[in-house]
Amino acid sequence: MSMLALETPRAVPQATTVGANARATRSGQRLLIAAGLAFTALFLVAPVAVIFAQALARGFAAYRASILQPETLHAIWLTAVTAVIAVPINMVFGVAAAWAIAKFRFPGKKTLISLIEIPFSISPIVAGVAYLLVYGSQGLFGEWLADHDIRIMFTPAAIVLVMLFVTSPFVVRELLPLMQAQGSEQEEAAATLGATGFQIFRRVTLPNIRWALLYGTVLCSARAIGEFGAVSVVSGRIRGETNTLPLQIELLYNDYNAAGAFAAASTLTVIALITLLIKAVIERRLG
Amino acid sequence: MGSHGQGLTPPHSAKPVKARRVLPGFGITMGLTLTYLGIIVLLPLAALILKSAEIGIDGFWQVLSSPRVLASFQLTFTAALIATLINAAYGLLMAWILVRYDFPGKRFVDALVDLPFALPTAVAGVALTTLFAGTGWYGQWLEPAGIQVVYTITGVAIAMAFTSVPFVIRTVQPVLETLDSQIEEASVTLGAYPFTIFRRVILPMIAPAYLTGCALAFARSLGEFGAVIFIAGNLPFKTEIAALLIFIRLEEFDYPAASAIAAVLLALAFIILFATNALQARWLRRREASS
Repeated sequence: MSMLALETPRAVPQATTVGANARATRSGQRLLIAAGLAFTALFLVAPVAVIFAQALARGFAAYRASILQPETLHAIWLTAVTAVIAVPINMVFGVAAAWAIAKFRFPGKKTLISLIEIPFSISPIVAGVAYLLVYGSQGLFGEWLADHDIRIMFTPAAIVLVMLFVTSPFVVRELLPLMQAQGSEQEEAAATLGATGFQIFRRVTLPNIRWALLYGTVLCSARAIGEFGAVSVVSGRIRGETNTLPLQIELLYNDYNAAGAFAAASTLTVIALITLLIKAVIERRLG
Repeated sequence: MGSHGQGLTPPHSAKPVKARRVLPGFGITMGLTLTYLGIIVLLPLAALILKSAEIGIDGFWQVLSSPRVLASFQLTFTAALIATLINAAYGLLMAWILVRYDFPGKRFVDALVDLPFALPTAVAGVALTTLFAGTGWYGQWLEPAGIQVVYTITGVAIAMAFTSVPFVIRTVQPVLETLDSQIEEASVTLGAYPFTIFRRVILPMIAPAYLTGCALAFARSLGEFGAVIFIAGNLPFKTEIAALLIFIRLEEFDYPAASAIAAVLLALAFIILFATNALQARWLRRREASS
């Protein structure tokens, strides 16, 4: 998920000593690999497999009908719209923050980086409550918003806001290490030649960071689409109105509509698998 | 997700004044960053702290000392601890085999360990519940053997473990990669057994990253909601996690209680964040001192 994962692991040649010691090492190796793979299959692969098995248990026609339920379709639409609003905003923020931090020196840089990463450490439920206490009827701005007849909580706007919160660190975290490693000599050269700030960014910086930017954006989108806890606090979970796809899964599941729940879950699982695939491809390019 | 502070600060601080003069855009990007952070991140957190302070220490105490809240925190802590132990073992194993060994499908497995971060937690919750339910692929074997997972603390811990899998792997992996294998080769030639080498040579060197990964996994487990609520069954005093209790208080319009419990989770998150940052700072200093 992070820059930590960018370097592809390489096999380190095993120290080869003759005799029993080396043989013991080799069989120990096989044992460890087998244990790791078995646990991965049971723990990570099986949950994905069970989603598809259940979704398709009654055949493809039933599956299609489940997805095409109006409420599920609405949830898909709402999830897509809110993510499409939230993700570009965080791309702009991520690029701006990475530019300011990577290209300039200023006091409090470490603090700023820690502040940016805060949303990663906070429970989404806590984030949801925090937003409720700003924009809800009993919140900081509650009265002012009510006086001006503006509703934010329990509307799609609130969903966008919490998506912004939970995904805000993704883009900047992918860009920052890369931009710091690249330095700013190319940009400085362009600036001395008279290029404007935006020209420098578009012609020099952007081509250098495009894969990392794409990578951050993919992770950001996946998280925005899948966010459950924070969204469930602020959306009000109004049937057919403010239910995003993850909330719709819970609703169907609690209604004992297993077929519908698994059909909805399978669409999100496909998105997750595509995310992993894109991630792997970009990692290769970056690595 | 495990890159707190790590690798984000530049190693050298070259030509600060000159860079500032040559490159444009500091004012606007910095202004944008601070404004955005203020509105999106800091304002809500400040509101949470303000609102939960409104009820005073007595009110806080009243909310938190209620048996149901205490029970939920105890469950959350215990399950998060079990989940972290599972991932401490599994994560280290995976990091080790992914870095040191070659096997067919290694690239695929390496990509797969990020699945819990890519998969929405609600999907994970539904999937795990289905696997471990009495009629599920695992439950049909486990339940006759007397092992009940769904609607128990075991289920809560498994759901938490699933969602925090990548933390330990992704923090330990890069450190293992940079480890000099010569030290191990030297120990092998001196006749040390693999396990001895691991315990005496490798473990001390990866310890800071390992602990950081475990701390991050623990923090994530404490706040996990989506994956847990499906498998937990949410029985008060038994399988009700703190995050769910916040949700229940909100639905009862008991905002002070909800914000008090949320404030505790927030404080815990900050404590873990500071602890891991301090740990990494100490580790970086030590590494610089030794090189």
